Amino acid sequence: MSAYQPLKRPVLTLPFLALTVIALIGTYYLAQRFIHGMGIVTNLNGGYAWGVWVVYDVVVGTALACGGYALAITVYVMNKGKYHPLMRTALLASLLGYGLGGVGAMIDMGRYWQFYNIFTPWHMNFNSVMLEVGLCVATYILVLCIEFAPTLLEKIGAKGLIRSLNKVLFIFIALGVLLPTMHQSSLGSMLIAMGWKVHPLWQSLHLQPLLAILTALTMGFAVVVFEASFSSVGFRRPSETPLLAGLGKGIVGLLAAYLLFRFGEILVNGKLGLIFAGDLGSLMFLLETALFVFPLLVLSSAKYRGHGSLLLWASVSMLFAGSLYRFNAFLITYDPGAGYSYFPSVPEIMVTAGMVALEIMVFLFVVKKFPVLHDARHA
Amino acid sequence: MKRRDFLKASLGGGAALMGAGTADARGNLEPAEEAIGMLYDSTLCIGCKACVAKCKEVNEMPATPLGEETAWDAAHDLSAETLNVIKVYSEGKGERKDAVKDGYAFEKRSCMHCVDPGCVSVCPVTAMRRDAKTGIVTHHPDACIGCRTCMVGCPYNVPQFDYDNPFGEIHKCQMCNQAGVERIDRGQMTGCAEVCPTGATLFGSRKALLEEAKRRMALKPGETYNYPRGDVRNPESHHQKAVPEYQDHVWGEKEAGGTNVLHISSIPFDKLGMPPLEERSYASISETVQHTLYSYMALPAIALAGLTYVVRRNTDDEGGDDS
Repeated sequence: MSAYQPLKRPVLTLPFLALTVIALIGTYYLAQRFIHGMGIVTNLNGGYAWGVWVVYDVVVGTALACGGYALAITVYVMNKGKYHPLMRTALLASLLGYGLGGVGAMIDMGRYWQFYNIFTPWHMNFNSVMLEVGLCVATYILVLCIEFAPTLLEKIGAKGLIRSLNKVLFIFIALGVLLPTMHQSSLGSMLIAMGWKVHPLWQSLHLQPLLAILTALTMGFAVVVFEASFSSVGFRRPSETPLLAGLGKGIVGLLAAYLLFRFGEILVNGKLGLIFAGDLGSLMFLLETALFVFPLLVLSSAKYRGHGSLLLWASVSMLFAGSLYRFNAFLITYDPGAGYSYFPSVPEIMVTAGMVALEIMVFLFVVKKFPVLHDARHA
Repeated sequence: MKRRDFLKASLGGGAALMGAGTADARGNLEPAEEAIGMLYDSTLCIGCKACVAKCKEVNEMPATPLGEETAWDAAHDLSAETLNVIKVYSEGKGERKDAVKDGYAFEKRSCMHCVDPGCVSVCPVTAMRRDAKTGIVTHHPDACIGCRTCMVGCPYNVPQFDYDNPFGEIHKCQMCNQAGVERIDRGQMTGCAEVCPTGATLFGSRKALLEEAKRRMALKPGETYNYPRGDVRNPESHHQKAVPEYQDHVWGEKEAGGTNVLHISSIPFDKLGMPPLEERSYASISETVQHTLYSYMALPAIALAGLTYVVRRNTDDEGGDDS
């Protein structure tokens, strides 16, 4: 008997139907985009070539999908087997999050019918950060499918296949740690070439890949804590707080390292004054920093860390912190110069909302039909 | 402009923090041997926009009228149907030409044809290329996937995507030498330079144009100078005009590695909307970071070997507890 069990609950609940409506609205606008072009649905322009589709779906979305990555490091690299029960949930969320990123990239691609050019060696530009991101994300989606395959195979009872897969799975687990390290740091490197248009508080040039990977890791761990806490509340399952509190200790190190490099760069380059300039940039920076500092305070105290709801709030704060760091750098304080402004249109937001809704629907369906959640009796 | 102040510092500081990780740093690219370009002298421009009209004719693009009141081209910025545009600087009363205070001036916006182009560096599928001989930055829609990284990677916001077309493409000035036009290959000059009545847009080799720009810079304000029209190496005609008070700055000589299209003016360039650029190109920094991390894929390969070993050991430890 597997330690993982499907949640035997009805799929068609009221929230599920509400999500269906949102997904359908998104699909309608998506159809408009493919029939009439991106201009009719989005507010993109000559200065703001990337809007919420790129920045949320790809840049933020894949970072939010780093749960599988963060947990794989904990379980398989740090050898903390006790966290294994959280693995399948994290992998499923990662697969869906990266799936959204991949689909989002395709939707946003102005010449999507030629997307395969990125895979043809004679087109590849090895100087391009975008090439690294594209290839690496595509490969990682395949790796995630393989990592998640045992769950599906278990459902159909393909024991022989599981046994063979388990023999080589370690290679894919290793790739599943390497690939996100590569493309999550590269997503930060993309900001380098965007140069002066990126606000000085976010334009750290050589440090971009480091800051991106550190925040991606904090987001990955935060999402693991969040999902586990939330599913114990939402599905009224036994709490896993002691297990999660242990993860919290590791996150403290990451948060501290991030803040050290972030402020170190600002200090060394004499940009400290910009933090208190009182403009949009300084306001967003302070808000973002507060969101990073709050979880650091909660998680570095043994007392607060063991507190279920504080732990949940700390994880939410970290998710917002990492997301805001990305939104700020790529969009909110991004300034291509006079004459250009951007705020996403309602249809544009609805397309993203629709895809997120679909992502949640698939997640709910899979955990109710497939052995994803860990059976508490085995823990 | 605060961004300008901090970017310079960031170059050094970032590198210092990274330590010695950037040993094989790539510097700026050098100009192509026979780079061709244009020199735009803002003080000569009268804002007639003959260059805008000619550009649309050569590139077979429609005029962009202002609503229904105007029948003429009133494009106010670059777009998928405008590859070249004349913009206006105006301050206070806006009465005196080429004066910073209460003055006005014109500024041309079109692809600067960077020596070290950001668009070429960032494009994942080599749809932006720098011609090895002429230095012209060309675009190739047959390769382009429409990711628009060239747009965010261009310091001048030059490449423009046609958002209103479900099968749109990127548009930018290709110095009238794209397939089907090939004016340069046929020994002609760019359309905009050809029609410019005052020689404000001058065509020629980057070298000759840079010399011409510096010659003008060395002139005394008020002197009479014989300004050439058309091709600087073989002018169609000249006209005499009093020398204005130039800023001692050839835009594009050094900015972010330099450009093949050079600008000179009486008004400081930041007031004309030029971006805050340092001498080092962002492309060179980006590629340095990327090639430090991914040189021969050595780091990823070592990391993968280490990870495979560790993961294998740790999955064995767990034994059957896995499923």
